[in-house]
Amino acid sequence: MNRTPYWLAGPGILAALVFVALPLVLTMALSFSPFSNASGVGSGFTVTNYVQIATDGYYLAIFRRTFELALLVTGICVAIGVPEAYVLSRLSPGMRAVSLVIVLGPLLISVIVRTLGWTILLGNEGIINRVLLASGLTTEPVKLMYTFTGMTLALVHVLVPFMVLSVWASLQKLDPATEQAAESLGASTATVMTRIVLPQVLPGVLSGGLIVFALAASAFATPAIIGGRRLKVVPTTIYDEFLGNLNWPLGAALSLVLLVIVLAISLGANRYVERRFRQVFQ
Amino acid sequence: MSRTPLGLILFHWLFALFMLAPLVVVVLVSFTDKGYIALPFDGASWRWYRAILDATDFIDSFKLSLGLGALSATVAVLLAVPAAMAIAWHRFAGRDAILGLLLSPLMLPPIVLGIALLRLFTHIGATGTLWGLTAAHTVIVLPYVLRLVIAAATGYDHALSQAATSLGASAWTRFRRIELPQLLPGIAGGWIIAFITSFDEVTMSLFVSGARTATLPVRMYNHIANTIDPLLASLSTVLIVLTLILMIILDRAFGLDRVLGGKA
Repeated sequence: MNRTPYWLAGPGILAALVFVALPLVLTMALSFSPFSNASGVGSGFTVTNYVQIATDGYYLAIFRRTFELALLVTGICVAIGVPEAYVLSRLSPGMRAVSLVIVLGPLLISVIVRTLGWTILLGNEGIINRVLLASGLTTEPVKLMYTFTGMTLALVHVLVPFMVLSVWASLQKLDPATEQAAESLGASTATVMTRIVLPQVLPGVLSGGLIVFALAASAFATPAIIGGRRLKVVPTTIYDEFLGNLNWPLGAALSLVLLVIVLAISLGANRYVERRFRQVFQ
Repeated sequence: MSRTPLGLILFHWLFALFMLAPLVVVVLVSFTDKGYIALPFDGASWRWYRAILDATDFIDSFKLSLGLGALSATVAVLLAVPAAMAIAWHRFAGRDAILGLLLSPLMLPPIVLGIALLRLFTHIGATGTLWGLTAAHTVIVLPYVLRLVIAAATGYDHALSQAATSLGASAWTRFRRIELPQLLPGIAGGWIIAFITSFDEVTMSLFVSGARTATLPVRMYNHIANTIDPLLASLSTVLIVLTLILMIILDRAFGLDRVLGGKA
């Protein structure tokens, strides 16, 4: 047997085992530990933490809010990211280069910086409200900071480049001759879009949607800054349990529930996409 | 190809406005002469850029993040290159499982990896240490390097290696003179994406960095949690300008969409 590949991959495997697999196993063990405010993390085995998450309305509401947020963000990213990727593919090369920097460039800029921009835009004295008031659309400032709407807007901004990138990648493989053929046969732009372009980029839309959904459900910094202490999502709740309440076992249990749900949805959808679109990937 | 409908072009510019607006306001706000964030403001000044020079804790964090990014990207390259050669060039038992393990940090929410590493580090007394932070950053940037190096290795023509061997080259010479140059574009792109990912990482770092090892995003996050002042805007503007320069270099060298393709 050839041992070479194992020696080559060995150091990387070791790093992943020690710093990814082992910590996850420890976290799983932690999530089954008892906790009391007086004595902290105890020894022994209990499922109390999971029972609390499954029965306490407080945590259920947080999980529901998180996945509603992730779904809404994914939906908006599909709605605006797909047409944007399509326009990008039809721009002149010079225009496209500039547009790619504008659309994809923010991916390289820290989430903290981008979220800071949204706090400036969304405040009661912020620019969005000034424009709304000046235009007479509203007579009172609309509350956007610390709201679900504000969180959604900022997260769409942070995540939509992933959608554009994913659809862009599948548009690159598209043969422009199919579009031209449809047009020369008299199809309208709308028909070309729905009958020719969309079916071919659907795998890109779905895999982009998966990435956006998983990232939205596990986003921390943006919901923490825009949503604040009151409008909690699962990741900000985990942070508070760990670093605020110091209830590590409950925080660990919340993490594992989040992880399992996100993984189940991603892997499940991935399998569906691969089976449904097998011919497209070949 | 027919002309793009006007509606779509209009949509494109609205989309661009949406992407740019938060960044533009950060840059604008950074030039205020007031002690608070307000737009529009009367007097423009460099006040908050001079304030950066006095904010030694932010400067220390900036240097730390630069060093951490470079170090973790380099270690990730050292681990990923041989692993990519194994995965791209060999068929062996457990190959898919090993690839899955090495890519798994991409699937893990950073907050989950953060608490998991905090748990490990409290066990072994590594919380807040520089080496712990480096190890954590190395494993999360490793997948980006691995994917790009695998992509570079996949098209490699093995006849080149066979020719080198038949001409008497040792395994090391063959690697250094023949194979490594072929992998270099993937390694360079991977290193840069790894550096940027490490430099921007905040969620996991909140758990594994300490008071003396606070990375720049961690310090900015903790600052925002207390107060939002124009200092953050001037710091952010510096970061935006640096990123823009890097972006232009990346676009010239590789094409931005191709480099970022490794990120999604």
